[in-house]
Amino acid sequence: MTISARTPLSTLKSHLSAACAAAALLIAAGGAQAADLNALIWCDHSDPALLEPFEKANNVKVNVKEFEGTGAGLAIVEQSQPGDWDVMVIDSIDVPRGVEKGLFEPLPEDKLPFADLFPEVKMDKSTIVDGKRYGITEKFGYNTIGFNKTKVDPADMQSLASLTSDKYKGKVAIYDYYLPVIGMAALAIGKKTADLTEADLPALKTELLKMKANAKLVGEVTASQTALATGEVDILVGGGEWVTAGLAKENPALDFSIPKEGAVLWSQSLAMFKDSKNKDMALKFIQYVLSPEGQARLATSSCYWGMPSNTKAALTDEQKKILRFEEQPGFLARAQAYPAPNADLDKKMQDMWTEMLQAQ
Amino acid sequence: MAFAGNNSRALPWALVTPALAWTLLFFVLPFIAMGLSSLTAHEGGGFTLANYSQFFTDPSYWRAMVNSLEVTAIVTVISILLAYPFAWILAEQVPERWQRLALMLAVLPFWTSYVVRSYSWLLVLAQNGVVNRTLTGIGLIGEPLQLANTRFATVTGFVHFFVMLLTLTIFANLKQLSPSYRKAAADLGAGPVRTFLHVVLPLTLSGIMVGAFLTFVLCIGDYITPQILGGNNELVMPQLVMMQIGRRGDFPLASALSIILMAVVTIAYLACARWLKIERA
Repeated sequence: MTISARTPLSTLKSHLSAACAAAALLIAAGGAQAADLNALIWCDHSDPALLEPFEKANNVKVNVKEFEGTGAGLAIVEQSQPGDWDVMVIDSIDVPRGVEKGLFEPLPEDKLPFADLFPEVKMDKSTIVDGKRYGITEKFGYNTIGFNKTKVDPADMQSLASLTSDKYKGKVAIYDYYLPVIGMAALAIGKKTADLTEADLPALKTELLKMKANAKLVGEVTASQTALATGEVDILVGGGEWVTAGLAKENPALDFSIPKEGAVLWSQSLAMFKDSKNKDMALKFIQYVLSPEGQARLATSSCYWGMPSNTKAALTDEQKKILRFEEQPGFLARAQAYPAPNADLDKKMQDMWTEMLQAQ
Repeated sequence: MAFAGNNSRALPWALVTPALAWTLLFFVLPFIAMGLSSLTAHEGGGFTLANYSQFFTDPSYWRAMVNSLEVTAIVTVISILLAYPFAWILAEQVPERWQRLALMLAVLPFWTSYVVRSYSWLLVLAQNGVVNRTLTGIGLIGEPLQLANTRFATVTGFVHFFVMLLTLTIFANLKQLSPSYRKAAADLGAGPVRTFLHVVLPLTLSGIMVGAFLTFVLCIGDYITPQILGGNNELVMPQLVMMQIGRRGDFPLASALSIILMAVVTIAYLACARWLKIERA
């Protein structure tokens, strides 16, 4: 039973929540000034190697708050005052969610290097709403198979079927993020990630349970990366260059494949808040991150590496080799976007994920 | 005199006001907000009981509570069984002048970060960790055991922490116990075992229960240890709560799950309330 009208209960609740959130924000803001740039970001943007050149060049302090997952990011925005935030990093496929909530400002295409982006990662279907562009892809990569090539047969890693084969039982970790791994399960059963519906859930669940039966653990970024790096597991479902590239120097045996069934393309965008009090600086920040220098720094951030969306990123030859820069056209041709379920299907997918986690 | 009378009534209130204000601001108000939040829909914000019905109708949500209770019960029992003899040795066998040092050494692991300690256990229990290397090295096992990323690992991490906590509460209780009780029992012909079972143990039960209750509360509400050591191979309630917040920003469902968890803690409190007394009975 759900009543959608505003009730005294929800009004009281929102006042109390606002009071609590205000206290938390006062503590979190800790002296931020209006002239500062306030950015809601993923961990790759908090690398001083990325931020400091921008801060020095523009004499501005970038205050960052990290979050994981669009839901958590939007919840932070909802509990903030309009104007608290200037820019946000968001999954490209989730840009419309922010637009629906009236959060984002259209971006001036003529002031951003759209012509230099890999065409496949512009994600126009997500980043353009009603003819206006609200997000620009800044970094991308693949949720696919990450593996230790000295422990597994690299030829096996060219097929998603290997993930559920007895040969690798107990040698597998699963990245704990439901959308890309459900996307991989879809590819494994021959479905397109963009076409998933509720009717596909039983088959997806069966595939996920088969993966779980083979898995030693299901871990978030650090846990799954550590498991692969320390030899606890040999294969990471959902892994990719974001796991292996950053560890290439310490552990050159780590690699990733784009199997014959394809891989899931992840793509993160930058968006500007409609209520930003510092839109000029916000635009400068987006321009900086999309510049060849900013792109190289973001791509090789200490938190995780990923492909820069700008083809002119100022990467060294060594960095390009690690990221397999030259192979991207082939990879992109076989990659499919994250599943983009509506709110109802999204909840059902998350419940299915919870069920998979609880399965023994 | 009237002024003095008013003053004497006002003073206790003045002294207790900071604590009351603290509780009101940081417990009562957030708790009410959480309660109201749990009764609203994630989308739309209208009144709904769906957040509670989700818990009671979805087996994977239920399973999280069962997992939490099972892990907590195992941890509490093992911790008591390990902590009691440890506390008894400290209180009865270690000379008085060494007790302070011994106690400090016993709680030394408290000084390290909780997160660091959990990750350390992960390394110890890993496939290439100390335990597996030792067991394979001495030929007890041929292949490494899966110890990390299991319930066993979660329980181990918890027990390491809570044995220290229980040792402190039981040790304090044993030290408060007057030697005359044991002397009286001996005078009446009771041997050491009988004295322990019929005199010492019942009189230190309150210390055990206080420690057990603290263990229960802290263990059932902990997110870090199962998250790091359990490998997400089974979810406990705090992980389920975090999933709602981190993935969907679904604060209403997270609130409902938190309130259910608090209800379980309240039931546990009521069950052992008779032993949770500050003064000795």
